[in-house]
Amino acid sequence: MIINEKIKQTLAYPAFLMGAIALLVCSLLLLTHNLTAQPIADRQREELTKLLNQVLPNSIYNNQPLNQKYQKELDGHNFIFYRARMNNKVSAIVIFTSTSGYSGEIAMLVAIKESGELSGVRILSHTETPGLGDKIEEKKSDWILSFTGLSLINPDTNGWAVKKDGGKFDAFTGATITPRAVVKEVYETLELFKSNRSFFLELTEATKNNGN
Amino acid sequence: MQKYNYKEIFKSNMWSNNVVFAQMLALCPLLAVTNGATNGLGLGLITTAVMIFSSLLISLIRPLLTPQIRIPIFILLIAALVTIADLVMNAWLHELHKVLGLFIPLIVTNCAILGRAESYASKNPWFPAVIDGIATGLGFTFALVLLGGFREVIGSGTLFANASLLLGDNFSVIELTPFPEYRGMLLVILPSGGFIMLGVLLSGKRLLDTFLKNKYKEQSHCQVK
Repeated sequence: MIINEKIKQTLAYPAFLMGAIALLVCSLLLLTHNLTAQPIADRQREELTKLLNQVLPNSIYNNQPLNQKYQKELDGHNFIFYRARMNNKVSAIVIFTSTSGYSGEIAMLVAIKESGELSGVRILSHTETPGLGDKIEEKKSDWILSFTGLSLINPDTNGWAVKKDGGKFDAFTGATITPRAVVKEVYETLELFKSNRSFFLELTEATKNNGN
Repeated sequence: MQKYNYKEIFKSNMWSNNVVFAQMLALCPLLAVTNGATNGLGLGLITTAVMIFSSLLISLIRPLLTPQIRIPIFILLIAALVTIADLVMNAWLHELHKVLGLFIPLIVTNCAILGRAESYASKNPWFPAVIDGIATGLGFTFALVLLGGFREVIGSGTLFANASLLLGDNFSVIELTPFPEYRGMLLVILPSGGFIMLGVLLSGKRLLDTFLKNKYKEQSHCQVK
């Protein structure tokens, strides 16, 4: 592979070489992408399934919620959510939302039963201070589990705050901003669910009346 | 044909000319991931893999290169290799990818890789270049694990926590908790603690080097007598 020095001196040579290498690199990347696309999608689905099993009791749905992903713009935010159904009737929704914590975005998942009761809340990702704010993770403390079973009326509006602000939720020593943000976001998600209840639950006029 | 002293390559890259402890390169990923030994080991091994392939490719295309465009070509190849590593890890080492995900694209900016490409791989045949890549990568891994281990033991009282995510369940035995009742020392886990511990380790290495040098001198002196 000895290239004549004279050719190397020409103006076109570097351009040609650069182009050839770029082409090589692109085909390599394309090949890897094609090989890994399916496994990556599988892994992500497995992960979602695991999360869903944590926040939704198996007894309340009998469909495959992950088969259909929904997207809807509400209050200026684009929400992604899944509907869990029992015999084709929506029994719970799992909604992805996020809020700003002490140092960046906290992405979370909120599962709400048809009755408006929380089925579970989990933190998906965050950049809070390790050792202080990261107690919102299920791995680090079971604080996040305290949401399960609550709703807009239990506790009442005043209760939806950290203890420091007169509410009923524990705040961590040295980190109040993080739990405060999470509590507020869960509350707002519940309100969003309440005000868009018929949309989330796919209630038509007829079923609404039946329900009454 | 030039003889290559592979033992010397290893010795130099692992210790006397270590990317971190001697050249002070690649400190950004070093400080970012080393809040635990497992993270350090993971990132070190990925960096090593990227380094082996980048050294190999660059030494293979060495005769084609011209001085004017060598750097863009190095960067292009390294960036592609890192992207491939990222995709492969996401597909087959998903748990580890979740932990290290943020730092994998940063391997591109790891100046140690470009440094070795420029100063070694682009001047030597492929075999010594690959050996050099392995040695440098292992040297970096060594630094990551050492710093990560110290920070983990002092900061959270564990060692190699979650190692089974990286190496498989068989390796869960190396997950140690030397001080079970230890409450942890937050400072060491935070980025500032990374700088402090790095400083401590660097001075430790200097002290050790000086000590060894003096001892060696004394010994040879005695022998002459």
